[in-house]
Amino acid sequence: MNIDDVRLSADLSKITIDDKKIDSYLTDMQDILKFIEQMNAIDTDNITPMAHPFDLSQRLREDKAVAQIDRQILQSNAKNIENGLFLVPKVIE
Amino acid sequence: MKYDVVIGLEIHAQLNTESKIFSLSPTRFGADVNTQANEVDLAMPGVLPVLNEQAVIKAIKFGIATDCKINNRSIFERKNYFYPDLPKAYQISQFEYPIVGAGILEITNEKNELKNIGITRAHLEEDAGKSLHENFTKHSGIDLNRAGTPLLEIVSDPDLSSAKEAVIYAKKIHALVVYIEICDGNMQEGSFRCDANVSLKPRGTKELGIRSEIKNINSFKFLEKAINYEINRQENILDDGGRVVQETRLYDADKNETRSMRSKEESNDYRYFPDPDLLPVIIDNKLIQNIKDKMPESPYNRLKRFIDDLDLKEEDANLLCSDIKIADYFENIIKIGNLKPKLVANWIIVELMGIINKNNKKWQDNKINEQDFATLLQRITDNTISGKIAKQVFAVMWDKGDKPDNIIKKEGLQQLDNDDEIKSIITDIINKNPAQVQQYKDGKHKIIGFFVGQIMQQTKGKANPAKVQEILKQQLS
Amino acid sequence: MHTKSIKELHKLLTDKKISAVELAQHFIDRALKHNPSLNCYINILSDEAKQQAKIADDKIFKKEGSLLTGIPFALKDIFCTSDMLTTCGSKMLSDFIPPYDATAYKNLKSSDMVLLGKTNMDEFAMGSSNENSFFGCVQNPWDLDCVPGGSSGGSAVAVAGGLSPVAIGTDTGGSIRQPASFCGITGIKPTYGRVSRYGMIAFASSLDQGGVMAKSAEDCAYVLQSLSGYDKKDSTSMPEDVPSYTESLNNSIKGKKIGLPTEYFANLDDDLKQIITTQIKEFEKLGAIIVDISLPHTDLSVPAYYVISSAECSSNLARYDGVRYGYSAKNPKNLEDLYLKTRTEGFGDEVKRRILIGTYTLSAGYYDAYYIKAQKIRHLIADDFNQAFAQVDILLTPTTPTTAFKKGDKQNPLEMYLSDIYTVAVNLSGLPAISIPAGFHQKMPVGMQLISPAFCEHRLLNFAHMYQAQTDHHLQTPSQVPQEKIL
Repeated sequence: MNIDDVRLSADLSKITIDDKKIDSYLTDMQDILKFIEQMNAIDTDNITPMAHPFDLSQRLREDKAVAQIDRQILQSNAKNIENGLFLVPKVIE
Repeated sequence: MKYDVVIGLEIHAQLNTESKIFSLSPTRFGADVNTQANEVDLAMPGVLPVLNEQAVIKAIKFGIATDCKINNRSIFERKNYFYPDLPKAYQISQFEYPIVGAGILEITNEKNELKNIGITRAHLEEDAGKSLHENFTKHSGIDLNRAGTPLLEIVSDPDLSSAKEAVIYAKKIHALVVYIEICDGNMQEGSFRCDANVSLKPRGTKELGIRSEIKNINSFKFLEKAINYEINRQENILDDGGRVVQETRLYDADKNETRSMRSKEESNDYRYFPDPDLLPVIIDNKLIQNIKDKMPESPYNRLKRFIDDLDLKEEDANLLCSDIKIADYFENIIKIGNLKPKLVANWIIVELMGIINKNNKKWQDNKINEQDFATLLQRITDNTISGKIAKQVFAVMWDKGDKPDNIIKKEGLQQLDNDDEIKSIITDIINKNPAQVQQYKDGKHKIIGFFVGQIMQQTKGKANPAKVQEILKQQLS
Repeated sequence: MHTKSIKELHKLLTDKKISAVELAQHFIDRALKHNPSLNCYINILSDEAKQQAKIADDKIFKKEGSLLTGIPFALKDIFCTSDMLTTCGSKMLSDFIPPYDATAYKNLKSSDMVLLGKTNMDEFAMGSSNENSFFGCVQNPWDLDCVPGGSSGGSAVAVAGGLSPVAIGTDTGGSIRQPASFCGITGIKPTYGRVSRYGMIAFASSLDQGGVMAKSAEDCAYVLQSLSGYDKKDSTSMPEDVPSYTESLNNSIKGKKIGLPTEYFANLDDDLKQIITTQIKEFEKLGAIIVDISLPHTDLSVPAYYVISSAECSSNLARYDGVRYGYSAKNPKNLEDLYLKTRTEGFGDEVKRRILIGTYTLSAGYYDAYYIKAQKIRHLIADDFNQAFAQVDILLTPTTPTTAFKKGDKQNPLEMYLSDIYTVAVNLSGLPAISIPAGFHQKMPVGMQLISPAFCEHRLLNFAHMYQAQTDHHLQTPSQVPQEKIL
């Protein structure tokens, strides 16, 4: 991992890393990755990945709609609302 | 240089469920903004998705109808990217393990050739919200009513080689999803949208060219125009020795051109991974069989049967198979009345569809039930009324909703079928027209039409024409 | 009062020796008095508590109450409470008022328990010391210079300091058990899927699990009973029936086999090993049989845990974009700027670090090497446990490699991660585990962990209760917080 990797991850995560801090981020992350790479010590070729603690299947719910709680209440935490819309800086497509 | 055109389509069909794929919000189109977007659709902290059963069943129906492989185990994954219409900043979709696997769709292309188009896969995912740009200068407004509406993304192999062929394929998929009633097919409302991947390669070469993806085309006309514009654009680039950029483009119908969507290009590392909030979807063969048993015959099969077994014209069969409700109506009438398919087909296509169109109505507005329609046609075959009278009865049925037998009785339209009665009318007419009788006897047999006309006039068209002919000939000779 | 068990408090309430309102007031007074030094509550809910207590009093009066009616509790600020601030220990949510309740909270409310306040925690539950809270570090009542552990440090201290009889925490990699151990209380992390995650703000969805922190296993049993259960709003919630946790508390453990995983003791500090070994004898006195057992992939549990938890967190925390709720950067130049500023200013360093690691390990070219590899290791770790439980009924381990450390002691993130070395394997495998006080080392509490097969919380509580019935470590209270008496 190098500085560019940190920057790319930051970019994908929409987080800005201060130039002054980037070296310490890099060092920390390199240490962590090195630590993580201990996993490579063992062969896992024939092991299936486990995404979930238990091997269960997805439950399905009945297709029945329920009215939502009031829009005004749902939007009460938003900083920028107009005519029921969430406002964001202009989206350029 | 000459090029081969290579097109693959990604069709997004909104599944017509009542609630969203992972939340309990209604999916109705056209509601006031953000009134069908609950805390799950808003991706508020701590909320969780729960999968809608009907979304799964409808995807399976598609798989059955197209004879695609239905995967017993499919996985929902997260597709991660930031966009204002995507509140979680990830879309729950399927990636490595889609619910519907490969299959083949046969089309008749514009050159009238049969061609197999591969379906790569069809997977379930959630729709995004909408960014609205009108009415704002510095801002965009986000409406999340559409966010979480179930989508079936149907991906084709890059087997299509012209804009026309792509449209034929898309129309066939459209007709199918409407026919099996998993999508309302309303393209204006965005229920059925296409993305087209277009690339060119020098004619005859194998290696695929660099493709561009045209997003969100919501009419067949635009699909054809957008692809043709794109083919042209790429041709020009390649002819000039340039390179096509792999990118997402937007079709602008007003200007009839495609343009680059820079915003979607910034982060194209989607970091798919299994959604830990959802478990693998396990579909056993018993469930597939259950759904299959309850499913209607596939439209392709039915069309073939209508042409081959019921001896209908292809044009008529196509019309009847355009909607499962029409096809069912047609077959039920045949069954109830034990009627000839051609007769029923004619009556539905000419009379019923005619009156629907004339009145600017839709199929759904037809209130004549199958039993009544069958009875009406039976009255023709059992000679109670003539075809001409039947049209009169039919008009009353459409207007007033009355039963055919009641109308016939009330209006006294019953066909004169009694030999004695017809005989006495004929005798009367022969006696009144000696000159014409003489002409007949002199060999001018065409004059018989005159007598029939007189008889029909006197009986107001109710006399059984076959009988009239028969008795007339007896008496005249 | 604050040293009394739930059963004792219940008796006082039903005997009308005290009303629920008075009981709540007592704890609110203590919280108001000691929170400035302990900082275990982010928000003390005096008015709401009194209101809920009044309802409880009504039920007690009409004899409609349950054992938990009127019992006060503290709730980790990761659980959404409608109309009440829910911060998750973050600047990002420092003004967030959810319009819905977490199912876990709803369950306790329907048992007529009384919410005293929302407890402090590491930001988004990422941390093992509570030093990562936007609302400041929580102090360990046994030594105010020491950390309380994390991330449920506020909940642990609320109970240890007598500021609440019981508290609810969450545990992703040890966040209930490690602070319970550091603060000398009992903390149970149930089987994954036992307690609904709906409304519990996600850190790592396949690992997160709510649980109970209390003075004893018995108190944990009462509250866990109400907290647990199937929730149709959580696809990963388990439909299995919840057995009675209290009926089996006093079952004999004679002849039961306790496994000691050698890997968990190999590098343990000698003093701690000595303390725990002594406590194992208590189980032998109860007739249990002690056997050594091996969990060979233990050393890979922390690496696998950090890959999986960071990957999930990077995606779970992507929704904080300043648009619909939470912190929103002022005057953004454009959309990208809104995202960048909001997230850069709204998240603390540790959260950012984990988001970056998670994003990196999921990104193209690294996914198989890190994420898939970690999922495979996870499988091996789960298999280790399955094999162990074919031989023994329960496992016994230390909860943490050390007792509570001094604030600021662990500057290196990796060093901090390793303090979870004995707890994360349980989360990866979805198993239930409990930490119980096992004594003291240099005046600081030492914790001991019991691990059982999935859905055997009753077994954990039974073993822990039988142990606590004949020992008194769990009855010790810290001298740093004066224990004034009311009744």
